[in-house]
Amino acid sequence: MSGVHDMGGMRGFGPVRPEPESEEPVFHEEWEGRVYGIVRLMGLLGLWNIDMSRHNREQLPPADYLANSYYENWFAGIRQQLVRSGLVSKEELRTGRASTPVPEHIMEKVAHAEQVRTAPYMTTSYARPASSSPRFSTGDRVRAINRYPSGHTRIPGYVRGHTGIVREHYGSQVYPDLSAQGVEEGRHLYNVRFEGRDLWGESANVNSAVYVDLWETYLEPAP
Amino acid sequence: MPNDHRHDQDHTDPPPDIELRVKSLESLLVEKGLVDPEALDALIDLYQDKIGPANGKHVVARAWTDEAFKRWLLDDPNAAIASMGYVGAQGEQIRVVENTDDVHNLVVCTLCSCYPWPLLGLPPVWYKSAPYRAQAVVDPRGVMAQFGMEVAERKEVRVWDSTSEMRYLVLPQRPEGSEGWSEEELMELVTRNAMIGVEEARRPESEVLKA
Repeated sequence: MSGVHDMGGMRGFGPVRPEPESEEPVFHEEWEGRVYGIVRLMGLLGLWNIDMSRHNREQLPPADYLANSYYENWFAGIRQQLVRSGLVSKEELRTGRASTPVPEHIMEKVAHAEQVRTAPYMTTSYARPASSSPRFSTGDRVRAINRYPSGHTRIPGYVRGHTGIVREHYGSQVYPDLSAQGVEEGRHLYNVRFEGRDLWGESANVNSAVYVDLWETYLEPAP
Repeated sequence: MPNDHRHDQDHTDPPPDIELRVKSLESLLVEKGLVDPEALDALIDLYQDKIGPANGKHVVARAWTDEAFKRWLLDDPNAAIASMGYVGAQGEQIRVVENTDDVHNLVVCTLCSCYPWPLLGLPPVWYKSAPYRAQAVVDPRGVMAQFGMEVAERKEVRVWDSTSEMRYLVLPQRPEGSEGWSEEELMELVTRNAMIGVEEARRPESEVLKA
């Protein structure tokens, strides 16, 4: 969706203001680590996927999304996800006390410490077979299609309508637009190079290009 | 739509303080049996102590000292990195982009915060912030200037926007004056920021190393 999370090229946010690398802690507050851990552990239950989590955060009220800190958004997102999935009731969230049992088949998936500590550290596979052969190959000129879906998508707004060149075909991978709705389908994924001047016109940096990963559905052949 | 969510939250808000609210959720999930407290501690410890930029530094230093490994890293990054044991979530599909005399690479995720966790750990606050996500694609040279780096105009700047489940790692240029250094010594010259692309690797005479 075209929301405030789709920030590429937006102006007015001010300077980056990095903390010195040697001084920045992994978590600035203890609760941030707890939120991170809770989100990861709940994800391992397999009731939702990464695109559903992302879409959930994208649907936070725009003013909240921008005003919240990163882990505040994760916290808001996981609370909604827990309720939407039926794992936790609104009443339980409000009172902080458990009142509904968790089905046995979900309890069986609860992660234990040994699983967390052991390589390959909770990896996921994103490759899925495609129903057709790839439409594009390296060197092809492609245009990012123009569209403004209300659901989840991973085509950033700043490439829409612009032409680039396919650098690499990454195989067929889970298509996020459907994955966010719980439907896992493979689509061909490409890395596409866009010239800075094509994207940004006279505002572009000299001698710059942007590489974006785009699913086949986002692309059409360009002359 | 946003009003609906707001309404939604009004009905479920536990105590306003974020720390208390997180504690409340954690104890609820523990009570329900959905969170094993030991697993939660283990997961936080893993990302606090074990999975961090030292992994990426090790990979870069090896690429600097072993040409065959570097070719492998660029051609088949996942196999090369797995050979060093740096596997994990958000590192399933890595691409390594090499800085050269002609090209400088910079990594961003404009849509959220995608980042190669097994190599760099969790991203710094600035990487996830609106200013970086907004500016990195339209004005990468301006962003790098904020980190104190100026890239010559004759050098092409390539920005990699992590919009899929591919994760990007920048292979910085090995600094002059580090000839003959061991892998371990070279790791000191590699910074996390250099592997994101907002800085170059440290030079051997850098003040930070003398300190």
